[in-house]
Amino acid sequence: MEALTLARLQFAANITFHILFPTITIALGWLLLFFKLRFRATGESRWMEAYGFWVKVFALSFALGVVSGITMSFQFGTNWPGFMETVGNIAGPLLAYEVLTAFFLEATFVAIMLFGFRRVPDWVHTGATLLVAVGTTLSAFWILVLNSWMHTPAGFEMRDGVAHATDWLAIIFNPSMPYRLVHMLLASGLTAAFLVAGLSAWRWRRGDRSPGVLAALRTGVAVAAVLIPLQIVAGDLHGLNTLEHQPAKVAAMEGNWQTRPNVPLLLFAVPDEETRTNRFEIAVPGGASLILKHDTAGVVPGLDDFVGQHPPVAPVFYGFRIMVGVGLLMLLVSWAALWQLRGGREPRPWLLLALVGMTFSGWVATVAGWYVTEIGRQPWLVSGLLLTRDAAGAVPAASIGMTLAMYLILYAGLLAAYVAVLFRLAAKAGGAVGHRPVAAPLPVPAVG
Amino acid sequence: MEMMDSGHWLPVAFTVLMGVAVLAYVVLDGYDLGVGILMADADDAQRDRMVASIGPFWDANETWLVLAVGLLLVAFPVAHGMILGALYLPVAAMLLGLILRGVSFEFRAKTEGVQRRWWNQAFIAGSLLAALAQGYMLGLYVLGLPQGPAAMAFGMLTGLCLAAGYAFIGAAWLILKTDGPLQAKAVVWARRTLGLAALGMVAVSVATPLASGRIAERWFALPELFLLAPVPLMAALLFGIVALALRGLPRADDRWSWVPFAGAVGIFVLGFHGLAYSFFPYVVPERLTVWEAASAPESLMIILVGAAVVLPLIAAYTLFVYRVFRGKATELRYD
Repeated sequence: MEALTLARLQFAANITFHILFPTITIALGWLLLFFKLRFRATGESRWMEAYGFWVKVFALSFALGVVSGITMSFQFGTNWPGFMETVGNIAGPLLAYEVLTAFFLEATFVAIMLFGFRRVPDWVHTGATLLVAVGTTLSAFWILVLNSWMHTPAGFEMRDGVAHATDWLAIIFNPSMPYRLVHMLLASGLTAAFLVAGLSAWRWRRGDRSPGVLAALRTGVAVAAVLIPLQIVAGDLHGLNTLEHQPAKVAAMEGNWQTRPNVPLLLFAVPDEETRTNRFEIAVPGGASLILKHDTAGVVPGLDDFVGQHPPVAPVFYGFRIMVGVGLLMLLVSWAALWQLRGGREPRPWLLLALVGMTFSGWVATVAGWYVTEIGRQPWLVSGLLLTRDAAGAVPAASIGMTLAMYLILYAGLLAAYVAVLFRLAAKAGGAVGHRPVAAPLPVPAVG
Repeated sequence: MEMMDSGHWLPVAFTVLMGVAVLAYVVLDGYDLGVGILMADADDAQRDRMVASIGPFWDANETWLVLAVGLLLVAFPVAHGMILGALYLPVAAMLLGLILRGVSFEFRAKTEGVQRRWWNQAFIAGSLLAALAQGYMLGLYVLGLPQGPAAMAFGMLTGLCLAAGYAFIGAAWLILKTDGPLQAKAVVWARRTLGLAALGMVAVSVATPLASGRIAERWFALPELFLLAPVPLMAALLFGIVALALRGLPRADDRWSWVPFAGAVGIFVLGFHGLAYSFFPYVVPERLTVWEAASAPESLMIILVGAAVVLPLIAAYTLFVYRVFRGKATELRYD
């Protein structure tokens, strides 16, 4: 395989692995703060029990996010030197602000959050939990600012083939940033909510009746049920924004080969790049026009407007359907769960089974959505500014292939270990119920 | 007038900032990587305590590497591509090491029996691999990023020596943070690794002027020779003081247990200054100066303002965490 393809595969592998963990920690940090604040407000040990279990999951996810994030920061230079050479004046400060305002904050206060409960006053521990949540969210903010700018660049001018910043507010608040940020934060909320609900349901099914399990399960279900309708609205607005700025991506998402009115909504089809048509269409007449133009007769841009300039259709088309499909399942399961649990009812077996099945649904939707948006930007790395192939370095294919194989093996092993350890933690937690009194923080040992 | 031009002083300011980040990284992550390497020679109970001594700190320590690479990326994008492109495979090896050890921290704490032993091994291997790869990169960098077997051999030597240097500062950290038999063992480790660390500094100091006539001239011309002589002399003095202190440690009253770590920090700082003096103003040795490689002044200014505001804050809360976890390391507890 040629070096460019290998470099792209490697980047895709690294970002896919990386995104799994921030997606959990961004929202899980706020859930932990919620548990802690509920405990402070009510004094009920079930909230501290929930905190105690989920802070371990947070620690594990956080560590995997950190190490895979470090890999990402090196990848820019090793595999895509043209990226920083062309848009470094803009990407650089955004990345630097992420490290300065977010990385150090989370990495430092996570220590107090994890190990400091007995060493600092309780309010400092709660404050550390808040700062970690703020840090992970700020981190997401800067990364999405940069990522959105790559989709909808603004606030710059080109001089001798190099982008120079002219308006930082326009760069930060570029046209797609608000949509992308909200969409991603909600995705994180849903991922964490289903993880919390799913793993708690698994514990309940195994007969673990610790009060913290039900508290966490209910919290997860409630958060999911509230966030999913918001996500559907945010996703729709994001789609309209994409239609305005990146019509080729939307055409690929819809599998729409010709610009025309009355475009049907394809529920399923097999796009074929050879013949530039779809096979086996199952469609709702006028559906796509209705969603995108709010009028069944609306003219929707098709791929024929962008021949040679549009992304590969199949992965974008399928990715979009997987994301939306999982989202609809989330709606169904979370609302059904809310209904079944109303008035303090205990979860029924069918609900537990459904929630366990949905434990990692957030990952599936997030990765699928990420592919839609990132593959959908191709062949551009920075829309209209820098082609992906022009940013690649001169590293020999053999070196990239070797390291790609290394990453793939490592990531597969770590992912398996991560999931196994999550369930082991969940299994072990039940055994220790009642033996962990919630103690007041001890005074700092006078040593040293 | 020339000196007032932001295109002139901004790249220099960023070189200093990057230097601070690299130095902070080498000292801070240096000791926790070193502790990881030394775990190879410890039993299970000792390993738990060793990990406990670095558990609250390693993550923030490693962030300095992200800042250093980030600043290189931001301030000198062309150099970033050139350096990391030439060091593609050792960078990948380092990342593999950092990934392995970063996740082992968490996995080892959440497993038992055989699996816990595996994660311990992964932790040790990851720490060693990261240290060796960093030392290898340092070796190639001081030679000016050449290819070929001689450069690789030198890189391996510096890799070994940096790993020894990290093990040395790690042992010094353990002398400070532990007591009893583990502290006594740490003293032995420190004695053993001190010599190799010194050898590494000598090797780099000899190779650097040999690889570059320009650097040789900077060091050995008069009067620079006399002005610079304090740097190696002070380093030699610190090595002597540490060696002497190690003879009397550990003491029952735990006095002087801070001396090896303070000495190690001093040695790292001096060694770093020597390198910085040799290479400035080149960011890629003999090929690209900081001015040739720098990004646009407007962008650098934006970061500098942020860094000036945020770095003191970072320093403050870093000190706060070291204060919270001061004293001898005890078992890490999540509750």
